[in-house]
Amino acid sequence: MSTTTQAPKALRGVGNWIDDRFHLAKTGEKNLRKVFPNHWSFMLGEIALYSFIILLVTGVFLTLWFNPSMAHTTYEGSYQRLNGVQMSEAYASTLRIDFDVRGGFLVRQIHHWAALIFVASLVVHMLRVFFTGAFRKPREINWLIGVGIFTLAMLEGLFGYSLPDDLPSGMGVRILQGVMLSLPVVGTYISMFLFGGEFPGEDIIPRLYMLHILLIPGILLALIVAHFMILWHQKHTQYPGTGRSEKKVVGTPMFPGFAIKAGGFFFFVFAVIVALSAFVQINPIHLFGPFTPTAITSGLQPDWYMGFMEGSLRIFPNWLDFPIFGYAVPTGVLVPGLVIPGLIFGGLAAWPFIEQWITGDKRAHNVADRPRNAPVRTAVGVAGVVFYGILWLAGANDILSHTFSISLYWTTYFFRVAAIAGPIIGFIVAKRICLGLQRRDRETLEHGYESGTIQQLPSGEFIEVHKESSQETVHVLESKTEVDRIDDEAIASVEESESDGVEAPAARGLKGRLRAKLAHWYTKDNVSFEGVEAHTGHHLHHGAGHEEHEEMAGSH
Amino acid sequence: MTDKSNSNDNGASDGSADRVIGTPSPSEGETIVAGADDPGAEHPGAYPAEETHAHSEEEQRRAEKTAAVWFLIAFLAGIGFFVAYFAFPPNSAGEPAIADPQIGQYSNMALGGTLALALFGIGAGMTVWARRIMPHYEVGSPYDELPSSPEEKGSFGDFFMRSADESGFTKRPLLRRTLLLSMVPLGLAPIVLLRDTGPLPGDKLKHTLWEDGLRMVVEGTNKPIKEADLAEDGAMITAFPLVEEGGGHGGEGGHLSLNDQAKTVVLLIKIPEGDFKPGMTEQQMNWTHNGIVAYSKICTHVGCPAALYERGSHRILCPCHQSTFDAAEGAKVVFGPAHRPLPQLPIGVDDEGYLIAKGDFSEAVGPTFWDAEKGD
Repeated sequence: MSTTTQAPKALRGVGNWIDDRFHLAKTGEKNLRKVFPNHWSFMLGEIALYSFIILLVTGVFLTLWFNPSMAHTTYEGSYQRLNGVQMSEAYASTLRIDFDVRGGFLVRQIHHWAALIFVASLVVHMLRVFFTGAFRKPREINWLIGVGIFTLAMLEGLFGYSLPDDLPSGMGVRILQGVMLSLPVVGTYISMFLFGGEFPGEDIIPRLYMLHILLIPGILLALIVAHFMILWHQKHTQYPGTGRSEKKVVGTPMFPGFAIKAGGFFFFVFAVIVALSAFVQINPIHLFGPFTPTAITSGLQPDWYMGFMEGSLRIFPNWLDFPIFGYAVPTGVLVPGLVIPGLIFGGLAAWPFIEQWITGDKRAHNVADRPRNAPVRTAVGVAGVVFYGILWLAGANDILSHTFSISLYWTTYFFRVAAIAGPIIGFIVAKRICLGLQRRDRETLEHGYESGTIQQLPSGEFIEVHKESSQETVHVLESKTEVDRIDDEAIASVEESESDGVEAPAARGLKGRLRAKLAHWYTKDNVSFEGVEAHTGHHLHHGAGHEEHEEMAGSH
Repeated sequence: MTDKSNSNDNGASDGSADRVIGTPSPSEGETIVAGADDPGAEHPGAYPAEETHAHSEEEQRRAEKTAAVWFLIAFLAGIGFFVAYFAFPPNSAGEPAIADPQIGQYSNMALGGTLALALFGIGAGMTVWARRIMPHYEVGSPYDELPSSPEEKGSFGDFFMRSADESGFTKRPLLRRTLLLSMVPLGLAPIVLLRDTGPLPGDKLKHTLWEDGLRMVVEGTNKPIKEADLAEDGAMITAFPLVEEGGGHGGEGGHLSLNDQAKTVVLLIKIPEGDFKPGMTEQQMNWTHNGIVAYSKICTHVGCPAALYERGSHRILCPCHQSTFDAAEGAKVVFGPAHRPLPQLPIGVDDEGYLIAKGDFSEAVGPTFWDAEKGD
């Protein structure tokens, strides 16, 4: 360990050869020293990256055999049960991948599983970033890129799902076309141009194929590269803790620690996806049969990430449909099919700017928020998750109705109510929990933690001994005071205007007043940590706990 | 995190249960080279680490063996992958191997199982390496101050505007405006070039093949339907128009194209005597024949086939989004998101007793679009 190994001659040769041409020694070392903070939640984005790599590799393999053509053919292949059946070349070539290409079935399964996990890890990664406020200045642009990646990933998945031209995949395209047609004025034109005529035509699969293997992955790749370059440049956020501050990031360096851990993690992710593909079969297209526009089976379910769209299409009623001069405006399709996803994605994209505007917080943040310390943001996030989750469940209402023997229509009524009431309840509950946790934090900071030791005082009174929290805990708890985001001026003006009618300049006008009201709403319930010094509370009983504490401090 | 840190205070005795994921366990072999109080202290690695936990040589040697076992497992599983590949031969003539779904499953499991094990072995070996051979430490690194200094910003702005002025772009509006103008047509060109991706809608969506006198066939056959085929109350048949071999109805060799199938498909339903509701207009009743009524099968919501029919309640249900239509009342929407009733096809019988259409649908079929309810 004490002597450094000489770099092998060949490696030095290559290194020098590159450096002579690019002058990279300094940059190279700086990047190999890049610090990655340690926390399990930072691995979520990694899962997304790794599954994207797996998708690229398996996708290339599948293109070797897949034939994106809607030309009619009569199947004469090795899968006996469909022999003689009329189908498209696309479906026939997918059968070929499944039943004639060795490993083809596996690779198709890996591709599909990796897609499911890609979108899932994107969502969870996004939730982590949202709830910890990691999207705040200076990282808003990376958040927007992330929203773009998420949106494109969903489309990419939908288009990929549509390519094999089996029954459910064709039905997905049909629903897409139905939603398109509902657009006022331009709907029929968009549909005619995209499909090269009426549904289904002969053009849609070649076109979706181009979008699926060229255009969208190209954009995704560019966005992912940009995401990483920005992340690399700005460095990661980190959770509060000893030694970590807005000025300094603490973690494992890229080389060697992080590189080896991340490499191992890539293989784990790949292994899990392959194991699922080997033993948990999904999308068995040979059982569904080829697409025809006139047949359907009940209990059809899309891939999970389209479930919320399916749910919103199912539960949104037709009561709000209206005509304009005899022209139809089917809001029963428009709202769930376009407005709701527009609100979800638009809301995600706009949130960093909305929050910044409300709070007036223009500072740069590198230390992540603990979700409890931003109760309104956390509550808004929970409301969003509940809304999404209810739509998602509603997308399976026929399955729920069948499994639990509930009337189908009653599940719809339930979800209609739940889609409105659920987010409100979620908001209130989440906010209350956050505030409760804040109070407990304050208590812990002031009085130490409950040790579980009961003592009897000479007077006969029983008390529970509180002990001093560790340095680390104090640091984490105190991170709240650093991150208070109260726009004092705006808040003060609301309170003032309520009392004596004098408004601060920032709160004048309709917009100013709205902003001040929102800022008040955003911060009013926050438990103040102002003036709270660690371990100054009267509950703190040294004595019994003290020695132990000394011991602990020594071991750090 | 607070909870964890709190319980950490209970002492080092049970610390291992509370350690943060990703950090090594405080095993006996571990020595702290540089303590937290001494962040700048040197140690043999490349970093002035804040906290370095090196593993004892003995621990590292044991871990090396464990990692090597994992890598060997991965190697063997990798060989197994090739074995699995060649063990299931391709489909030679008349000898289905992986074409048999059952054998295909086995092949899939063998290939996937060995591949997963190989990948897992590499992952596990690397993790053992990272956690038990490499020293664990954290290092600090400053965040860059992101905004440039006012001097740098000023210098940049000054440079940029001087250069822009020098180029004449700011001072010569004619140049600037004509240049921008020249870009407009080129910017629109890609959109214009998309014009030929498809035809204009016109009234294509409003008309189908159905016309007066056209016979009907059962889906998937060429057998014309007679009134007697629907004699039983509540009977339901999915039907298409009969296209003659070589007939000019867009069909190839007696088959309807998918486009035409998607538009012409109808549900023929026999409603028992007296079950029609008063909501049916006289015209709608005229379009029926002896209790047989024909509706488009394509849901007016987003176009799934409304394939489920419940004879007791005369309800037609679309399984996609559960729009429900009342077959006894002009396929009125009784539940769900659909905008308008399923279009009705006027029917009758010809001289030979075959069911025929008496014209096209009453309205545009399929998902509701902007001018779906407008006449031609």
